[in-house]
Amino acid sequence: MKIAVVRFPGSNCDQDCLRALTDGLGVRAEYVWHKETSVSGYDAVILPGGFSYGDYLRCGAIATFSPIMRSVVKAANDGLPVFGICNGFQILCETGLLRGALIRNRSLLFLCQPVTLKLENNRTPFTRLSTDGSLFRMPIAHGEGAFYADDQTLTELEEGGQVVFRYVDSEGQATVESNPNGSRNNIAGICNPAGNVLGIMPHPDRSWDARLGSDDGLQLFQSLADTLLSVAA
Amino acid sequence: MFFAVKLEVVVMPKRNVLDPQGVAVRNAVLELGLSNVGTVRVGKVIEIEFTGEPDETKLDEICRDLLCNEVIEDYRIVGAVEIGSR
Repeated sequence: MKIAVVRFPGSNCDQDCLRALTDGLGVRAEYVWHKETSVSGYDAVILPGGFSYGDYLRCGAIATFSPIMRSVVKAANDGLPVFGICNGFQILCETGLLRGALIRNRSLLFLCQPVTLKLENNRTPFTRLSTDGSLFRMPIAHGEGAFYADDQTLTELEEGGQVVFRYVDSEGQATVESNPNGSRNNIAGICNPAGNVLGIMPHPDRSWDARLGSDDGLQLFQSLADTLLSVAA
Repeated sequence: MFFAVKLEVVVMPKRNVLDPQGVAVRNAVLELGLSNVGTVRVGKVIEIEFTGEPDETKLDEICRDLLCNEVIEDYRIVGAVEIGSR
């Protein structure tokens, strides 16, 4: 098993993602520079957080046209697990692999704080070891993290079970107060219809060890590793 | 004589998308004493200078692929401006 962590100019959570896999789980993971043209040989791809291309034009817009992304999009459409975190989520929306867009936080503030999330879809390769309804504690760190989709798209995402994570309060309720950035329907993460592409704004890569304040994020990497092992078996 | 041409791509947040920058600017504008201000929206202008005849069909394609995200934004390409001889 070998997982690719794609590095764009401006990625800054690439090391966090790699360490979560290698140190947290003992899984083999490698950096793949954005100028590479193929992800063949890898069993999953992680698009890490950061500010690819300085967030110029729109977050994730320029990264979408990096050479590696053509291969990532094709592999994702063929079923390869692809996990976008923060800027990675923005990139996945820009490529069209995920629907909707991430826009400026309602407060205009860059938010760096812990949030509580509720899992609503454990039928993805990234969430299969967790139970629907379980709560996760992870940090967010973004200026453009408000999930937006038009009414029609939002309905389709909800009805299709594509909302994977929602911002909630400590009781698990998706309230206005527990929505940090103005995301529609408190959406923190969505997947594609097949479930093999997941994008989330919060950082499991910054919450994979209790020493970081929470190890809830490790479950996502564990689920991915477990999925890949069971495919290989 | 050949004149270089400049086109501008104006990208604006869609009307139904919350534009917190526009809201913040509106509040400041009201604060500075301008009354009867309705909505304020903040977008961007991308100037493109061509060194030959602009291919507007190709530019339109690039607007949809790169310069504008049509999930949240609208765009328009505005007038050719001659920017001098070369």
